[in-house]
Amino acid sequence: MCGNEALAESAIIAGCDAYFGYPITPQNEVPAYMSRRMPEEGRVFVQSESELAAINMVFGASATGKRAMTSSSSPGISLMQEGISYLSGAELPAVVVNVMRGGPGLGNIAPSQADYFQATRGGGHGDYRTIVLGPSSVQELVDCMPLAFDLADQYRMTVMVLADGILGQMMEPVVLEKKKGRELPPKDWALTGAAGRKQNIVRSLWLPEGALEELNNKLLDKYKQVEKNEVLCEEYEVDDADIVVVAYGVAARIVRGAVSRAREEGIKAGWIRPITLWPFPTGQISRAADEFRIFLVVEMSNGQMVEDVRLAVTGKAPVLFYGRPGGGVPTVDEILDQIRQLTLRPKT
Amino acid sequence: MMKTVFKRTPTLKDCPTHYCPGCGHGIAHRLIAEIIDELDIRDRTIGIAPVGCAVLAYDYLDVDMVEVAHGRPPAVATGMKRTNPDKIIFSYQGDGDLASIGAAEILHAGHRGEQITVVFINNAVYGMTGGQMAPTTMLDQVTATTPKGRSAAEQGYPLQVSELLATLPGTIYIERCALSSVAQIRKTKKAIKHAFDLQLEGADGMSMVEVLSPCPTYWRMSPTKAMEWLENNMTKVFPLGRLKG
Ligand SMILES: Cc1ncc(C[n+]2csc(CCOP(=O)(O)OP(=O)(O)O)c2C)c(N)n1
Repeated sequence: MCGNEALAESAIIAGCDAYFGYPITPQNEVPAYMSRRMPEEGRVFVQSESELAAINMVFGASATGKRAMTSSSSPGISLMQEGISYLSGAELPAVVVNVMRGGPGLGNIAPSQADYFQATRGGGHGDYRTIVLGPSSVQELVDCMPLAFDLADQYRMTVMVLADGILGQMMEPVVLEKKKGRELPPKDWALTGAAGRKQNIVRSLWLPEGALEELNNKLLDKYKQVEKNEVLCEEYEVDDADIVVVAYGVAARIVRGAVSRAREEGIKAGWIRPITLWPFPTGQISRAADEFRIFLVVEMSNGQMVEDVRLAVTGKAPVLFYGRPGGGVPTVDEILDQIRQLTLRPKT
Repeated sequence: MMKTVFKRTPTLKDCPTHYCPGCGHGIAHRLIAEIIDELDIRDRTIGIAPVGCAVLAYDYLDVDMVEVAHGRPPAVATGMKRTNPDKIIFSYQGDGDLASIGAAEILHAGHRGEQITVVFINNAVYGMTGGQMAPTTMLDQVTATTPKGRSAAEQGYPLQVSELLATLPGTIYIERCALSSVAQIRKTKKAIKHAFDLQLEGADGMSMVEVLSPCPTYWRMSPTKAMEWLENNMTKVFPLGRLKG
């Protein structure tokens, strides 16, 4: 199974009631897989006429209390931003998978991490957040799906799973099993027909003075809870490190190799891997910066997450960057070279 | 002895309206509320409000309702109906919402034959944003963005969405009605009720009723004049009657 198929099966196991999507490379295996498996399970698959329609179909299914998802790649995710903003305003749960490719524009179909800003800053309009998960292996991609649905339901938010073309296409052995999910609040807000109760309304328009401010502050409280409770991050040999390399997703796998080789050469190197990109592991990185060490951020872009690392480090330590944009994938040697140069180790 | 000859139907809320005098939206809302009560489907109906003057339709219609992005109601309806085949799903959309920004969504919902009911209010302008040209604006009609009147050469002819949708195998019932007189209002109610009935029966496809509706404010006419203008002018470009089903 490739990553794309594995994430699709994992979503089915997690209780996804409906999948809506529009074809785009490098995630075409997701709709293809769903078109076969969802009807087998008696669930819903619709190939939409566009990503605009797909995200609004998710909106409709979610408004009735169903678990719904879509998947796409960068240009399609741009079209979904309107819907994500409306989902956020209406506080509807949704799971969106972005198997990123190179951009801007039509870009290319090579793996990329160029949508970090769009994902973590909210590419749509208005004052909102989405939870963003950045898995770095097919197993983690699989494990992200039930978590994404649970987080979406618990906080009534959009959860974006930010993968890339390598993860989507990669074949790795995975364990697919149903795990016990979180205790979730009842969906008493859902539109089910007002049988024996008052009318439910799902909306994002708040015209009276102060009404939207109130909603925004309610959202802020919710986002603070997410920041407090849901940060996921992995780190390795940071305590004695002279240099800490920060990377997520597939880039983090390459970094891991480079850091191990650096250690073999006697360089005190470690790494930090954010798994939730929002909420960002600001605390962990800030703590690591309490002792003087160099931070190197590696991304498959010209530098996006590096800004969050700088915000976390708050000037306590130097933060440097190495990136490969436009579908370029950094090699272990390239990163090792950076580590050597920054720690003033000549090439051996 | 006193006798009740007219009363508010329960699904229509008892509240003041925000619509302008002579606007058709209030009439259309009442017809929908009456139909929901007559069919006794309030407890299984979900309505979709558009972006437009009717964005607050849920303030008047006492059913579960959602308000969605401009033009997207048919996609939202698809997500709802596919996951809830037992529910009755209707969208309520203006001509900017349905015929312009949401043209792709209505076309493809019809094309897929979604089992939903669409109430399409054609008032020949964008009401909410101040009376700009809509795809359905009449030739020579002066609007906020056609100060010299709509010209076919520059803005194209009024778009006949119902005729277009009637060509699709996925649509089962398309009718155009008007709110220009008591008799026409009665016909409109019958048509919308039929569109709901078809969904209740599980008929295989999309139903839509286009309702020609007055907008005295942006037609810059009195409510009475607007009714006349609708009947004398709009129905020439948008002929009334059953187009399909
Ligand atoms: C994406 C987007 N574009 C534009 C608008 C502004 N807007 C609000 S209502 C409307 C037109 C509504 O006209 P119509 O659908 O004919 O309904 P009416 O108000 O006439 O009932 C527009 C352009 C918006 N809300 N969202």
